[in-house]
Amino acid sequence: MPENTSAFHLLLSGDPALFSIVGLSLAVSLSAAVFASVIGMPLGALVALTRFRGREFVIVVMNALMGLPPVIVGLAVYLSLSRSGPLGSWGLLFTPPAMVIAQTILVTPIIAALTRQTIEDLWLEYRDEFSAMHIGAFKRISTLLWDGRFSLVTALLAGFGRAAAEVGSIIIVGGNIEGFTRTMTTAIALETSKGNLSLAIGLGFILIGIVVLVSALAWGMRRAGERFAG
Amino acid sequence: MELLEVDVDMGGQKLLRQVSLVIEPGAPTVFIGPNGSGKTTLLRVAMGLIAASSGRVLWGGQSQSPPRRRAIVFQRPVMLRRSVFGNLHYALASAGVPRSVRRRRADELLSLVDLDGVGDRPARRLSGGEQQRLALARALAREPRVLFLDEPTASLDPAATKAIEELVRLVSANGVKVVMATHDLGEARRLAGDIVLLHRGAIIEKGAAETFFNSPATEGAQRFLAGELLL
Repeated sequence: MPENTSAFHLLLSGDPALFSIVGLSLAVSLSAAVFASVIGMPLGALVALTRFRGREFVIVVMNALMGLPPVIVGLAVYLSLSRSGPLGSWGLLFTPPAMVIAQTILVTPIIAALTRQTIEDLWLEYRDEFSAMHIGAFKRISTLLWDGRFSLVTALLAGFGRAAAEVGSIIIVGGNIEGFTRTMTTAIALETSKGNLSLAIGLGFILIGIVVLVSALAWGMRRAGERFAG
Repeated sequence: MELLEVDVDMGGQKLLRQVSLVIEPGAPTVFIGPNGSGKTTLLRVAMGLIAASSGRVLWGGQSQSPPRRRAIVFQRPVMLRRSVFGNLHYALASAGVPRSVRRRRADELLSLVDLDGVGDRPARRLSGGEQQRLALARALAREPRVLFLDEPTASLDPAATKAIEELVRLVSANGVKVVMATHDLGEARRLAGDIVLLHRGAIIEKGAAETFFNSPATEGAQRFLAGELLL
């Protein structure tokens, strides 16, 4: 991106570098939120519906992991994907998939913990009906996830918000390579360190705008869904 | 169905005490009694939702083997967050009804409970009476031989109550054994073939409804029918 140019000017002029950064940011964060949902929602539902030794400990750990420091996750993924690491042969370090992996690890506990709470509340409501209808364990989980879908949108949004705002892990595993692994947050960090504050602030506003837009879309879908499904 | 000396203890409280009861096919059996007398607990034990702390529940002379074709409608039934049809399809699927006939069965059930034309509406947007009728349709999706109803008309207006009572009569006339709890004496008079009067978790009188209402044998039953408070 050209130095000392406002982000809004770049946006209005259709700057390809800026659109590439915005596109990559969205792709990485949305992918991470989706992967984390695929893992975290069934996991949260399973913990909500099963009773086992150490369950309370698992819940405490799950809640604590919501505050997982991104740089620690970035470092762990970096060590795993580096040439000498156990997954070094995959050749993913400094690529967008590495960034998705790091953010998925960060977001999964958030979605799992929020899902557990949602499903546990719903389970108290549905328990008798399920018993009366002889519903099996797997069907219970899938039904509760489906019927809790509107509340779970909030969990998904929380996960997406965390991923979109995060910089610590993706700058370590992505390397902030221009045109390849540079995202909104890593670009803001870079422009700030260069003293190009107007561009950094502009990028910040664009990032906030995107997050608000995604939230508004999800909220609109939730409201429409509630209107039709009750 | 037979309950033999059934006790239920929960949270340090005795909810049922030495309940022995035989429920036979025929007209509805109605559990009556004041709030907290154990009507709902007894229904849940009979349905198999609560295990007895002691005593035995026998079905056709066999312990621990209740038939799958039994269903219950709760006092405040929970509607799944989907349409009326969605709720019925779910119940039909859980009852093992083949996918190819579910739509037809759902239409028949909606017609039976007089909810034609609301199939696509969100179930949670229905009125209390309509939700209760949908819950009844959902229970009937299992084609039960025994249908348990837990105060199905509590908090419903007279018109909705009448509709539910007519359905209970219809279901009972079609050979389904109805076992129902209510604290409404008028409803018990209108529907019951047999009466079981409970107080503090114990049965204080049971027998044919006509005998019970015309010549109650126990002092507790006489006081209950006279509208006195049983404390």
